[in-house]
Amino acid sequence: MIIGIGTHTGGDDQAGLLVAHRLRELSVEAVDYSGELLRLIDLWEGADKVILVDAMRSGGPPGTIRVIEWPGVPFAGDQLPVSTHGLGLFEVLSLAAELERLPQRVTIYGIEGKEFEPGSSPSPEVLASVEELAQRLAREVSGCTNPA
Amino acid sequence: MRTFRTIKVDCLARVEGEGALRIRLRGDQVQDVRLEIFEPPRLFEAFLRGRHFSEAADITARICGICPIAYQMSAVHALERALGVTIDPAVRALRRLFYCGEWIESHALHVFLLHAPDFLGYQDALEMARDHRALVEQALRIKKTGNRLVALMGGREIHPVSAAVGGFYRVPAKRELATLVEDLKWARDAALSAARRVAGFEFPDFEQDYECVALSHPDEYPFNEGRLVSSRGLDIDPAEFEDHFVERQVPYSNALHAQLRQRASYLVGPVARFNLNFSKLPEVARQAAEDCGLRAPCRNPFRSIVVRAIEIVFACEEALRLIAAYEPPAKPRVEVSPRAGSGAAITEAPRGILYHRYEVDERGLIRAAKIVPPTSQNQKTIEEDLRRLAPQLLALSEEEMTWRCEQAVRNYDPCISCATHFLKLNLEREQA
Repeated sequence: MIIGIGTHTGGDDQAGLLVAHRLRELSVEAVDYSGELLRLIDLWEGADKVILVDAMRSGGPPGTIRVIEWPGVPFAGDQLPVSTHGLGLFEVLSLAAELERLPQRVTIYGIEGKEFEPGSSPSPEVLASVEELAQRLAREVSGCTNPA
Repeated sequence: MRTFRTIKVDCLARVEGEGALRIRLRGDQVQDVRLEIFEPPRLFEAFLRGRHFSEAADITARICGICPIAYQMSAVHALERALGVTIDPAVRALRRLFYCGEWIESHALHVFLLHAPDFLGYQDALEMARDHRALVEQALRIKKTGNRLVALMGGREIHPVSAAVGGFYRVPAKRELATLVEDLKWARDAALSAARRVAGFEFPDFEQDYECVALSHPDEYPFNEGRLVSSRGLDIDPAEFEDHFVERQVPYSNALHAQLRQRASYLVGPVARFNLNFSKLPEVARQAAEDCGLRAPCRNPFRSIVVRAIEIVFACEEALRLIAAYEPPAKPRVEVSPRAGSGAAITEAPRGILYHRYEVDERGLIRAAKIVPPTSQNQKTIEEDLRRLAPQLLALSEEEMTWRCEQAVRNYDPCISCATHFLKLNLEREQA
């Protein structure tokens, strides 16, 4: 199952949503999701493998695509939410793992963004990487190199 | 010496935005408290201009990933006023049902996964889950019941958007709603026992005499309809909101602070609703409140967690009542002809009153929009809570004090919105 995560108004934060949208154009099933992240636990229920795509801020050059296989994620622990909107992806994945409600295989693709200003458009680097990643995932899925 | 703490408030990739909670102390005096919350609703007001009225619900639903239904509801009700549309009573009932789903979802998320860890002494839900797995599983199941209701009504699993000006794009069949009954009964009973548990938490001894503002309806605990009332005598039609509430640009913040013209800060949300509408709760919820030692008016913001738990009970009970009584409307929605006009509405989002106003032209295109979300209305109140609370915490370590301040902010579950955003806590201690 492929899920693209993001928000519609945060510039490069649309990256995951755009990848999902592009995949559907390429006739690959993908879900775009922009709500609160705990729902992901219900969305991926029953799937053996899930691919998550999201925008990323790790200090690298914009457009960089990074692959993380769970649980090998660089999670910064000292971060506490003050609102329900604070339950981020890593927190949700950790919680799902604790509750044994995580698919066997979780792969996270991050696209490094540079422009997150609300209302801004995605940057050209990110758009290029969206296309590249969508094509890559489409090939992977159709090539059946990663059985679901 | 400065202490900085970064509080992450959102998903994987976030920019350090304007958001900050800043408390400046000089010796043992609180000099200043500032809460800065970025406000994407302003952005959406701009997006809406020039769009057709039929798009407003869908567009505004993107303002908040946790309460999209609230935005849809305020939008369609405001536009119905602008366009002179009357909805079918069955549609009215369905809209309450739709809202029940969102309240269940949002409150369950907040009560158990955000706030309960504070009271139980855990850093976060993950840590809490290690010792209280059953509690977390139960919370997720309650939340899922709300999700299922919203998804069923919304016609789509992932992005339910069914609310339309004039009704719904799609209405559920009786038998579809019947599939939710067992789950809702379970959720109501689970919420009842959870409320009792939550009522047993230790609450800081802290009270404020808030002016509570909420909708009020003669017969119902409010969702979409009613007059706007306050605990100090306000009683107006929602259309008069802007005559009584003014927004001030705050120099240190991107956000606008909403204030009562006469009296400044006020409180919206579950505690305000509860205080103003207690007698409209169904028996099971009223009894539960009493069993939990909750009395209206509740003045301790830390007890808002109990109020939310009671509202989950209410929402489940109300959903069951609406489902039992449901007969599909003759048509899912009425025809709406565009005409020039202006209309405003207020509905009760999980976090409090949400005001929308629209001006449309003769073609039905939106010329202007104004959206005032509950969080911006509570902003000043949050600061005042902290201003009064901080002096009580001075004897604590910096870390402990910071955590207690965050806990106080969590009473409000502020909608920082799914916009990319970091919240930073800056605790500045100056020499006296």
